[in-house]
Amino acid sequence: MTRIIAQNIQVLDLPQWSFEIQAGECVYLSGPSGSGKTVLLRAIADLDPHQGSVGLDNVSVKEITAHDWRRKVAMVPAETAWWHETVAEHFHQINENSLIEFGFDTNVMSWEVRRLSTGEKQRLGLLRALQQQPQVLLLDEPTANLDQKYTLVLEQYITRLVEHEGLSVIWVTHDHEQQERIASRGWQIEQDEIREVTS
Amino acid sequence: MNLISLTPIDLMIAASLVIVLALLSAKMQLGVSGQLLIAGVRTVVQLMLIGLILKSIFNYVHLGWISLISIVMLLLAGREVMARQKYRLKGWWGFGLGTMSMFISSFSITLIALNVIINVDPWYTPQYAIPLLGMMLGNTMNGIALGQDKLNQSAWQQRSIIEGKLMLGWTWSQAIADIRHDSIRTGLMPIINAMAAAGIVSLPGMMTGQVLAGSDPIEAVKYQILIMFLIAAGTGFGTLVAVWFGSRRLFDGRDRLRLERLTIKH
Repeated sequence: MTRIIAQNIQVLDLPQWSFEIQAGECVYLSGPSGSGKTVLLRAIADLDPHQGSVGLDNVSVKEITAHDWRRKVAMVPAETAWWHETVAEHFHQINENSLIEFGFDTNVMSWEVRRLSTGEKQRLGLLRALQQQPQVLLLDEPTANLDQKYTLVLEQYITRLVEHEGLSVIWVTHDHEQQERIASRGWQIEQDEIREVTS
Repeated sequence: MNLISLTPIDLMIAASLVIVLALLSAKMQLGVSGQLLIAGVRTVVQLMLIGLILKSIFNYVHLGWISLISIVMLLLAGREVMARQKYRLKGWWGFGLGTMSMFISSFSITLIALNVIINVDPWYTPQYAIPLLGMMLGNTMNGIALGQDKLNQSAWQQRSIIEGKLMLGWTWSQAIADIRHDSIRTGLMPIINAMAAAGIVSLPGMMTGQVLAGSDPIEAVKYQILIMFLIAAGTGFGTLVAVWFGSRRLFDGRDRLRLERLTIKH
């Protein structure tokens, strides 16, 4: 059970961002296209140089190695990358129930990656990131390529992890209805500030 | 067997062949005739110069002079390595990394060859030291340039894959391991091919030269084998060093991929 705390995170010419997200809390991050949502997630995952500090509970990002940090604070990009021929080679442990819940049958593991659709990659990419059992999940528009049915499936799946396993989530989404379904507060990127919004 | 000395007329006959080729390509509008002629003139001027330098050095054996010449050769080779890369590290790294890798591999292997294998006295006898070092540099240069270019280009093109691996908690070294292996293989391919084809498809230049100059073919072959092995080792170690440090340089202390450290030559 870990909370994530950020103080005056600052990248490029974006406004500073400070937040504290509790263990078992899901928040959204929203803003117009090109406003820097992905850039902010990348800074939290320590993928880009940035100002300010981030930490889990009382442990700052600087106190642990970068790869340990990213294992704990996992980012799932909008377009996931795949490098092996088949799906299975990207997984070291497979939760069959999750596969079925996400609409796959178990032989999806033998599929070739190049046959996957964008939506399939997005769902599998999320499951792949969850294998490392992160404490914080950074989701960059995780339902952008999903239809209504799987959008809801994915939302429910994440909500369950948040409520039962104490996962913390920062969820980038434009969709107001989705924001209301998944979170009770969030942040809106504006011209000169990143404003907290509570519903 | 005696060496038949070439006269200026002999060389002019050979040169006229190149000129005919240049005229023909001009007629066919291949756009290479200018380059061909300039390269030909450079061959003559550069080789004449090095011939004069070697002649005077052979007559005046001194460690200081040999070292000076070696450093100049190293720097020129380093510049060549940098110039051959389409994607290269910015700033001093672009020049320094290739040059340092060549220095480590070529110089140490040449020293081993001179002191342990050939065992000449003094070990810096220019007749052995300069051609050996020259061949080492010429070939390691090739491998290092190929390896570094492949590394930088692949990193550039596979950015999302490398970062995808980082996001899953891989270390920088794990995230670029595939690319590093490919790059080292690419750097080693020419010398592996050369070793495999030696004597069957091609008669290596050094050996040919020795035979033309009147040496016993068996003696020439032994030297050629020695050179091949030295070159393979030099290219291999040099490429390993260059690709390893080059891949490290693509990341910072927080294992972030820093592609802004590369520049692309258009």
